[in-house]
Amino acid sequence: MDIHEYQAKKILSGFGVAIPRGGIAYSPENAENKARELGGSKWVVKAQIHSGARGKAGGIIFCNSSLEVAQATDKILGKKLVTNQTGPEGKVVNRVYIEEVTSIKKELYLGLVFDRSSECIMVVASTEGGMSVEEISKKKPESIIRSKIEVAVGMQKFQAREIAFGLGIEPKLIAQTAEAIIGCYRAFSELDATMVEVNPLVISEQEQILALDCKMSFDNNALFRRNQVSELRDKSQENPSEVYASDRGLNYVSLDGNIGNIINGAGLAMASMDMIKLAGGEPANFLDVGGGATPEKIVKAFKLISMDKKVKVILVNIFAGINRCDWVAEGIVQALKKITISMPLIIRLAGTNVEKGNKILKESKINYIEANTLEDAANKAVKALHELKN
Amino acid sequence: MAILLDKKTKIIVQGFTGKIGSFHAEEMIKYGSNIVGGVTPGKGGQIHLGLPVFNTVKEAVKNTGSTASILFVPPAFAADSAMEAADAGIKSCVAITDGIPSHDMIKIKRYMRRYSRLEKMTLIGPNCAGVISPGKAMLGIMPGHIYKEGKVGIIGRSGTLGYEAAQQLKNLNIGISTSVGIGGDPINGSSFKDILEKFEQDKETKAVLMIGEIGGPQEVDAGRFAKENMSKPLVAYIAGLTAPKGRVMGHAGAIVSAYGESAVEKVELLKECGVIISRNPSVMGETVKLVLNGKQK
Repeated sequence: MDIHEYQAKKILSGFGVAIPRGGIAYSPENAENKARELGGSKWVVKAQIHSGARGKAGGIIFCNSSLEVAQATDKILGKKLVTNQTGPEGKVVNRVYIEEVTSIKKELYLGLVFDRSSECIMVVASTEGGMSVEEISKKKPESIIRSKIEVAVGMQKFQAREIAFGLGIEPKLIAQTAEAIIGCYRAFSELDATMVEVNPLVISEQEQILALDCKMSFDNNALFRRNQVSELRDKSQENPSEVYASDRGLNYVSLDGNIGNIINGAGLAMASMDMIKLAGGEPANFLDVGGGATPEKIVKAFKLISMDKKVKVILVNIFAGINRCDWVAEGIVQALKKITISMPLIIRLAGTNVEKGNKILKESKINYIEANTLEDAANKAVKALHELKN
Repeated sequence: MAILLDKKTKIIVQGFTGKIGSFHAEEMIKYGSNIVGGVTPGKGGQIHLGLPVFNTVKEAVKNTGSTASILFVPPAFAADSAMEAADAGIKSCVAITDGIPSHDMIKIKRYMRRYSRLEKMTLIGPNCAGVISPGKAMLGIMPGHIYKEGKVGIIGRSGTLGYEAAQQLKNLNIGISTSVGIGGDPINGSSFKDILEKFEQDKETKAVLMIGEIGGPQEVDAGRFAKENMSKPLVAYIAGLTAPKGRVMGHAGAIVSAYGESAVEKVELLKECGVIISRNPSVMGETVKLVLNGKQK
């Protein structure tokens, strides 16, 4: 789960990381008042969306008066911002963050992730702040410092100091920098995060170490014990179909193609999508209804797929184990009584009682194309699509 | 032979009296697995499915002599149960539970560092279908009848894609020595390489099929291990050709975040290690058949 910049900053601030002063606003008037409240003469209005690279998309506006703050807010509030991370549909700006402008002396990069090889938390730092970590790895790989933290004992002060010295921080600011790094580590480890990225972490002209921008993601599996984190979820930032799916216990990812698919199991779903691609088609989605493929889940899956306007053909691929094909087939028949599908439907059943399952489908009145193997199913789906076009 | 599990292996079920634990315990017993009891804290002394229930894993081990366990404990308590099994001297533990936090998985693995290589429990999973040695025993939730007894080892992340492979092999009259589901989580108990080592040592296994997917370094690590240390052929299929970067594809661990983690990159790196690639998921069985007939490698 992702959260907004201002939420991440508030969390980090609770772990002793210094941040610029700022406040959230939901309207131009609101923003103007916030600017006055903060005082000073320079502010920055930052669109709060779940994406980086907001500056290039016009989502970060510098202002010299509270009136300009109101105007800037008016300009971006309610707009959809398209960045290189949002996809072409963009993300809607429902709130803006008004922050005092920081005069920057030096920009640094600080990121924390799980390292799956060593099964440790990895701290990645660089003197080249402001660029994405991918860009830094390409352009200035020698600037990258990596430090593995053993989670059983946590981050030690010397490890944070080593990173700070590695970044070329002057001696009088080492303690302050180390404290910020340890604060980020603690936020990561104590809140079940999967990613903390402060980019840039800056040294200000006033010689303060500040988190100027911040992204955080959390382990969905741990949200049950992190109420204060799960409350920060903003569904307006997620794909509506994906929200619909996750609210109904389905695992769904929306893609760009036009062959919709309903599959049980994540691995089999990925494999079926691969087969569609190899057969010359493009999958419209990833959808795992769960290993059991219960009739209720199948009904929900059909509803979800039929909401997607891109979909021209539907492929159902269920490998039934203990749940048996006859039971799954009955579920499909039931589902199609509740929901009308007017496009070509390819169904492939495999596993326990496959003959019985196929018999039930054949004897029902549903209009579908039977397939026997993964390859057969994908080929028939692509063929049906081509026939539609002709 | 076979690995991890045979007809005699004494098994206890953790989370025995729950609905899911009971259902799968019965399925395993029907298959012929030697289930000797179970653990549900607070229900010790009861009899369930005709077998004794214990309060702790230690008691269960002491009274039954069990060396393997299977875990159907809810995510919030699963890490605790896995560590309890390790401490009680269980040798192989399969964690079926889906949804264990990554931080908890790291905790389990750090906890197990206190044991020497010989004493250390092999943890399989979590978020997996388990282990089956066809014709001998099942320590998992798979449909046992689609697995034919034989000479091919299978290691996979996904449940249903593993079933697909077993079915393809059966249709070609090829059997399986043991099939191991290592699960779809980013931090798991045993890696592909850990299980490959066991298959290399197993006399019965003649070839291994690895069913991997996008995300993480484990498939390529296994390929490098095979290149240096394996005498048996390794066939691999990697799922997720069409998966976009940075998106989680169902399994918590199926996410491309670095170089070498996409399906295309993994396939390239595995080819460099001499691993034979099944070009699509529909020909996993046929590719294994060619390898067994000596048509490749």
